Amino acid sequence: MNRRKFLALLGTAGVGGALAAPGMAAAKAHVFPGYENSYGVLHDVTRCIGCRQCEEACNAVNSLPQPREPFDDLDVLGVRRRTSAYQWTVVNQYTIDDKPYFRKLQCFHCNEPACASACFAKCFTKNPDGSVTYNGEQCVGCRYCMIACPFYIPGFQYDEPFDPLVQKCTFCKPRLDKGQLPGCVEACPMDALTFGRRSDLIRLARKRIEENPGRYTDYIYGEWDAGGTAWMVLAPASKETVGKSDVGPAGATEVMHAIGLDTHLGSQPMGELTYGALGTVPLIVAFWPILFGGLYGISKSREARNEMRNKIMRAAVRQDMAAAMDDAVRRIERQQGPEAAEVARQALEDAVEERRQAALDASRFARKEDH
Amino acid sequence: MAEHYDIPMPTRDQMLNLTPFFRLTPGNIITYIILAVGLVVTVMRFTLGIGAVSNLDDNYPWGIWIGFDLLCGVALAAGGYFTTVACYVLGLKRFHSAVRPAVTTAFLGYFFVVVALHYDLGHPLRLPYAFFYPGTTSVLFEVGLCVATYVTVLFCEFSVMPIEWLAHRFPILRIFHKLITKTVILLTIFGVTLSTLHQSSLGSLFLIAPGKLHPLWYSPFMPMFFFVSSMAAGASMVIFEGMLTHKGLQFYMDTNHAKDSKLVTLSFSRAASFILMGYFMLKLIDMIVQNNMGYLFSGYGVLWLVEMFGFVLLPALIYAKGARDGNEHICQIGSIITVLGIIFNRFNVSIIAFNWHLPAAERYFPSWHEITVSVFIVTLIITVYRFIVYHMPVLYEHPNFRHHG
Repeated sequence: MNRRKFLALLGTAGVGGALAAPGMAAAKAHVFPGYENSYGVLHDVTRCIGCRQCEEACNAVNSLPQPREPFDDLDVLGVRRRTSAYQWTVVNQYTIDDKPYFRKLQCFHCNEPACASACFAKCFTKNPDGSVTYNGEQCVGCRYCMIACPFYIPGFQYDEPFDPLVQKCTFCKPRLDKGQLPGCVEACPMDALTFGRRSDLIRLARKRIEENPGRYTDYIYGEWDAGGTAWMVLAPASKETVGKSDVGPAGATEVMHAIGLDTHLGSQPMGELTYGALGTVPLIVAFWPILFGGLYGISKSREARNEMRNKIMRAAVRQDMAAAMDDAVRRIERQQGPEAAEVARQALEDAVEERRQAALDASRFARKEDH
Repeated sequence: MAEHYDIPMPTRDQMLNLTPFFRLTPGNIITYIILAVGLVVTVMRFTLGIGAVSNLDDNYPWGIWIGFDLLCGVALAAGGYFTTVACYVLGLKRFHSAVRPAVTTAFLGYFFVVVALHYDLGHPLRLPYAFFYPGTTSVLFEVGLCVATYVTVLFCEFSVMPIEWLAHRFPILRIFHKLITKTVILLTIFGVTLSTLHQSSLGSLFLIAPGKLHPLWYSPFMPMFFFVSSMAAGASMVIFEGMLTHKGLQFYMDTNHAKDSKLVTLSFSRAASFILMGYFMLKLIDMIVQNNMGYLFSGYGVLWLVEMFGFVLLPALIYAKGARDGNEHICQIGSIITVLGIIFNRFNVSIIAFNWHLPAAERYFPSWHEITVSVFIVTLIITVYRFIVYHMPVLYEHPNFRHHG
């Protein structure tokens, strides 16, 4: 058999795919690549000036309550803030190589969102336009979505006693439906937010990196991270990454970490991390009753076998005893006559009966202990 | 023949035995104070909202109501499946007297896990929505489904005790009693299947958050760790409760129960010792395989080492020593350490090592309201357990129902 035939055989057996997979670029079959032609936004950190106009626009178009600090107060940029139920986007200031940069935080609208995977009441939907939306009407308020979200995005209305809901950026879904841009994108004066089809945005990002390799770190955050996200981030170059091409998640770690992004999430959707565990559920449901049923059967049969063995042993002992008694009585009869033999037989029988009674009591006690 | 002439058993004319609750003992006084404060906080929680009573925030959506009431509650109620499997499936009949207390605590444990969950949920009344809009990709859905089913199974297993109490008045219940005693092996196997699933799934809950949980605790094998440790928790809780019942409820025990309890303690200690040893090895190998050695030399590393050596290996050795020497008291010390260790572990996974990279100012510490609610729930469990023992044949065999279940 030559190599070609061997490989063909492997292929028919279905193992070829499994063996070849690590070396091939082919995506895993069950990973949802995101809706075709879905929208996204590219956030170019090098263009962001931290003016907070996106925050203000978000607040206005979504009719959110006024925050304590007005939107023209730029001091808050220095404080590490996160999104909350009433602030669906915030801009934070970060430092790379002693230079200040600003990054806008909002829902990344993952291709396969962790929140949607984690929700046990199906509140989250990944829409064909790319947005991830939430339906509060069936929300139980367990907040597992907030545990699951790798970007710390969803906020909860803790102050609301009777109808607290999870809130997050909706990608301005109502505006998208009307053909309008998301509020923040429209408001950005620096063109730091580019709205478009996700596939176009990736091409655009590549082009920007290519045209200006000294300006950018060659890594599009969100292209693959957490299984790919609709909103992606282009980060500035640092001393380590400048001029290097295609640094990958490991090479980009430091820069991304400096602007608060985690490159260790992997390229699989977050939900996939639980699929292995969930996959064992039918296995256990099917196998456990058989396993424990079998153990029950074994213990039952062992019990019955022990009972039988005891019975046989007891019978053998009884026979031995009867034979010995007979023998003894006959000897006495020969030496001392039939009268003495009769007395001896009676005495022996009484003694045996006494012992039997004692044993019976003991076994009754033992059995009761068992049950 | 079991002796129990002195047990104040309810009769047809005297169904209630509430006098122990009215005695002015320190235990009772503390209980009523806790229950009163707990009720006040309960009213606050359901009128003012979660934010008003808890320190939960957007970074820490889960606090001790999940970390203690749910994770520890379920793990420490594992005695139910552990004991029923040992007695009915493996045929170790000498543990029979341990079954009823274990099933009772398991049922109460799970029931009050569900009660406690209502404090934590934003929309507690919508809990059944999980079954109307099943999010089948969610680990939490699986946990919910299993817990709901298992509470039902435990209710069936437990129901023989109230039936034996109420059968004086409602003889019709005897039919149900018969049905349960006939199907006890089915219920047991169903119970262990469901327990395996949701005990492990509580660990799977955190699989989705690799970026948030410290690498020393995050592992693809978390479901297995949670399941294996739940077995140790189950065995330890049986020993631990046995110790407590001997200190306060000994008047409700028949001679069989009192006599067997030492055997149960020693045997369960031996089992727990093996399980903890196995768990220790699993965690150690996992730490080495995942290349987490470097983390051991940090604050979290110390925490992990304390957990592994102080609360896993140490009780394993204490159990082994106690079981070998036939010394109940040493075993009981082992059980206390193991129970504390389970709580420590669940706190580490859900709270302490969770969000480990967040700055100290953004970390979570429970409010006194939250702690009060947890203490309130535990007190409720103890109080209801006392009520059950005062009225139902948990620690003794009812003369009318000999050699049943």
